Amino acid sequence: MSAVTIATEQATDATSAPTTGTTDAPEAADSRVLDQLDVLEAEAIQIIREVVGELERPALLFSGGKDSVVMLHLATKAFWPAPIPFPVLHVDTGHNFPEVLDYRDETVERLGLRLEVAKVQDYLDDGRLRERADGLRNALQTQPLLDAINEHRFDGVFGGGRRDEEKARAKERIVSLRDEFGQWDPKNQRPELWNLYNPRHRPGEHVRAFPISNWTEVDVWRYIEREDIPLAPLYYAHEREVFQRDGMWLAVGPYSEPREEETVETRLVRYRTVGDMSCTGAVESPARTNAEIVLEVSASTLTERGATRADDRISEAAMEDRKKEGYF
Amino acid sequence: MGAHTGTLLRLATAGSVDDGKSTLVGRLLHDTKSVLSDQLAAVERVSRDRGLTAADLALLTDGLRAEREQGITIDVAYRYFATANRSFVLADCPGHVQYTRNTVTGGSTADVVVLLVDARKGVLEQTRRHLAVTALLRVPHVIVAVNKIDLVDFSQEVFERVNAEVQAVARELGVEEATAIPVSALDGDNIAERSSRTPWYAGPSLLELLESLPTSDDPTREAFRLPVQLVIRPQGAAREKAHRDYRGYAGHVASGVVRIGDEVVVLPSGRRSTVTGIDLGERTLEEAFAPQSVTLRLADEIDISRGDIIAAAADAPEPTQDISAVVCWLGDAPLRPGQRLLFKHGSRTVQTAVRTLDGVLDLDDLHSVTAEALSLNDIGLVTLRLASPVPVENYSTSRRGGSFLLIDAHDGRTVAAGMVGATLPTAADAPTQPEGDEEWDI
Repeated sequence: MSAVTIATEQATDATSAPTTGTTDAPEAADSRVLDQLDVLEAEAIQIIREVVGELERPALLFSGGKDSVVMLHLATKAFWPAPIPFPVLHVDTGHNFPEVLDYRDETVERLGLRLEVAKVQDYLDDGRLRERADGLRNALQTQPLLDAINEHRFDGVFGGGRRDEEKARAKERIVSLRDEFGQWDPKNQRPELWNLYNPRHRPGEHVRAFPISNWTEVDVWRYIEREDIPLAPLYYAHEREVFQRDGMWLAVGPYSEPREEETVETRLVRYRTVGDMSCTGAVESPARTNAEIVLEVSASTLTERGATRADDRISEAAMEDRKKEGYF
Repeated sequence: MGAHTGTLLRLATAGSVDDGKSTLVGRLLHDTKSVLSDQLAAVERVSRDRGLTAADLALLTDGLRAEREQGITIDVAYRYFATANRSFVLADCPGHVQYTRNTVTGGSTADVVVLLVDARKGVLEQTRRHLAVTALLRVPHVIVAVNKIDLVDFSQEVFERVNAEVQAVARELGVEEATAIPVSALDGDNIAERSSRTPWYAGPSLLELLESLPTSDDPTREAFRLPVQLVIRPQGAAREKAHRDYRGYAGHVASGVVRIGDEVVVLPSGRRSTVTGIDLGERTLEEAFAPQSVTLRLADEIDISRGDIIAAAADAPEPTQDISAVVCWLGDAPLRPGQRLLFKHGSRTVQTAVRTLDGVLDLDDLHSVTAEALSLNDIGLVTLRLASPVPVENYSTSRRGGSFLLIDAHDGRTVAAGMVGATLPTAADAPTQPEGDEEWDI
């Protein structure tokens, strides 16, 4: 068991800890019932603490997207009043929405985190990677991610992946082993028993940990609403210049320019997921508040990836193939 | 483990190959409107490509390429659905290769196991194995879905014969209650709504039963236990100066309730103190209960570190180095007496040596026989010696305090699921030989 950096020094006064915040009224003895969000929150905090307790050098993959922001919020609670005891890692494809990068930097500043950035552009510039014919960079993230894990000797990487997102992710363990090449072997996963998590691994291997595995998209939004977690503005309805491609509204920008036959329109849209500008579609929506989004998502007849991700439409197994190679 | 919460029910499905389990799961998702139109469109597209006339709902859960290619389920898949009354986390456990590993994985956190039996085949060896694992894991509820009832002309007689067979095996294995429902996963009979094609069946549909299962296995009724995961002492790194002297013990409440002012004991040291604060993030609570994750502050400055358990002083387990336990062996190489492994219980990991192998469960006649070694998927009784005392509890009184992992120290693999104090049926209480399966083949 590794030493926990926040608990290594000499003891001082154990009794004088002041507290902030409110004191909740004790519940009646027969009403010890946790709300679904409380159950999910408690499970996620337990997983985050267990991985930190067992491993030497964890990190959290932080994209600025809603799931990774929820992860940071949970980590804040897990270690309060100590700071989050690990850095955050962002794989920058170079195709990010500028407002998401701004949000990423503000959040890192607000929570006093250390940010490591691995840039796909660096790999393209020196020839280690080449642009794909379709210009999409999502699948190019894997090598910079794995190199960053090796370079920083991270032995565990937290991700905000959820099992309800995609059918290959539905097969994923909460704590999931990756071999020295970062590969996921879905046919040979460890049994995951009770709530006893086992992140042990051999040198060169690492684990990915998904504390919000059991959350659905609606759970995430209800939690964001309940906890009043600030998000990047593009999750909320706004006017944007967009054009239609493959049944999705893509934003007009430096990485997603309309072709000749594609017409640019101004629409009231928001984003359900945040990935690259070049492959993440906006949805038409008037939802400007978390409460409105909870209602909208509850009533949606499309999955978030089905509605918004070009890269997952390539084949039935696009996500599985990326995951096997080391992607999240 | 959330049955008592009433809001989130964890269920696991188990069954043999080809009994239509993925179809049942797909049907549950479909009939609860949990399948969105793009998912359904993908399933319809693949079904059409294969020349099927109707959408194959099994494709909803078979998420891996190899699963779709082979038409089988390889690994546990987790799916989510909700009704107006409850939300469900569903672990879909495949029925063939690695079936024990998968059933144990899905069943260990389950509030209810839905076991599929093909109405034409009745109880098979795998049915017995799944029921044995379910009984060992003490899953609070078992529902037996007698599937493909359409293929036996909705026969009440067949259903009752299969049910009698299931009940006999369940009784022998110590499953307290197994509720059987006649269903057709393919057509949806008695899945979400009661079927008019089984007028002789007066019970609830599968979904009605899942929605209304009584609260059970309430961990808040057990004695208080909190395995310490981390000691939180921010000192100079505190985000606010006021917290520089903060010292708290972070963990999840595995069982019971703790209140400010409660007297607690730290195990295995046996030192006592009083709870002075309970924190959940920046909120301060008067009490915490299972399964909350909190941080406790204590009145006394005592030596507590990760791996310790903070327990109710009046009702604490005795730390021990010698354990008798039933293990489900999940390792590729066999387990033999003398072997050294790691033992993980709560947040503590210690070395252990396997003293003796005291029996293995024979799944044909469901009693313990002697064996030299445990092979993959075997269920055996072992005696373990631990390198240092651990406050384990009997699995029969606490699923949380009595469960452990055995880990291969060399490669880190989880090689066994263990239940402290559990036993195997002996020859003396062995059941009569079940009747042959062929009798039910129609």
